[in-house]
Amino acid sequence: MTITVHYFASLKETLGRSDDQLSITDAITVRQVWQLANPELPLPPNLLAAVNMEYVELDHLVADDDKVAFFPPVTGG
Amino acid sequence: MAVKIVEAAFDPWQELPAYQQSVSTLAGKFGATSVFVGTLRDFNEGDEVNGMHLEHYPGMTEKQLEKIIASAQQQWRLLDALVVHRVGAILPNQPIVLVAVWASHRGDAFDASRFIMEALKFQAPFWKKEYLQTGGERWVLKNTDGYQL
Repeated sequence: MTITVHYFASLKETLGRSDDQLSITDAITVRQVWQLANPELPLPPNLLAAVNMEYVELDHLVADDDKVAFFPPVTGG
Repeated sequence: MAVKIVEAAFDPWQELPAYQQSVSTLAGKFGATSVFVGTLRDFNEGDEVNGMHLEHYPGMTEKQLEKIIASAQQQWRLLDALVVHRVGAILPNQPIVLVAVWASHRGDAFDASRFIMEALKFQAPFWKKEYLQTGGERWVLKNTDGYQL
């Protein structure tokens, strides 16, 4: 299955890219999505995650065609 | 109920009556309108700020703001609510956010507008990068709890 990953704000700058496309065979968690996309980097502190534009915990299982997003704490308003 | 994400500068004191007049069901029914306007300061954390860039996650931003308003509608008796938020390049003195709530009575309007604003600060996916007078730039790391200030 295919997963799209989006990065925002300071995280996007640190990684030097805004998106990844991952092809995976087994169901994996959002935490494993990060590890697959960024094998050299530990999970940043205070990392927030969303799947299909809803906040999720890092142990949430992703499904085919899911849009995963990782970003730092939000600072609007 | 409306959520608007805008790239151009907006005037909350024009948005407010324009929206109010566009909602025919409000006429004669509202006794209280609570309005919050957040504006960009020219200082933050002890430094002078020349401007700011506001990034957001299109789609998720609107979805989260609509959820926040729906949550407020479950907790208080509201007639309508409007949230307008800037993105892109912003200068000091320009409004960043408008939250307006219409209700029959002031308690519902006051409390719901405060709730929507505080929830926006921690749930709506916006990120601020400040441009300092010294020439540097920095991401704002986190929002503060408005009830603890």
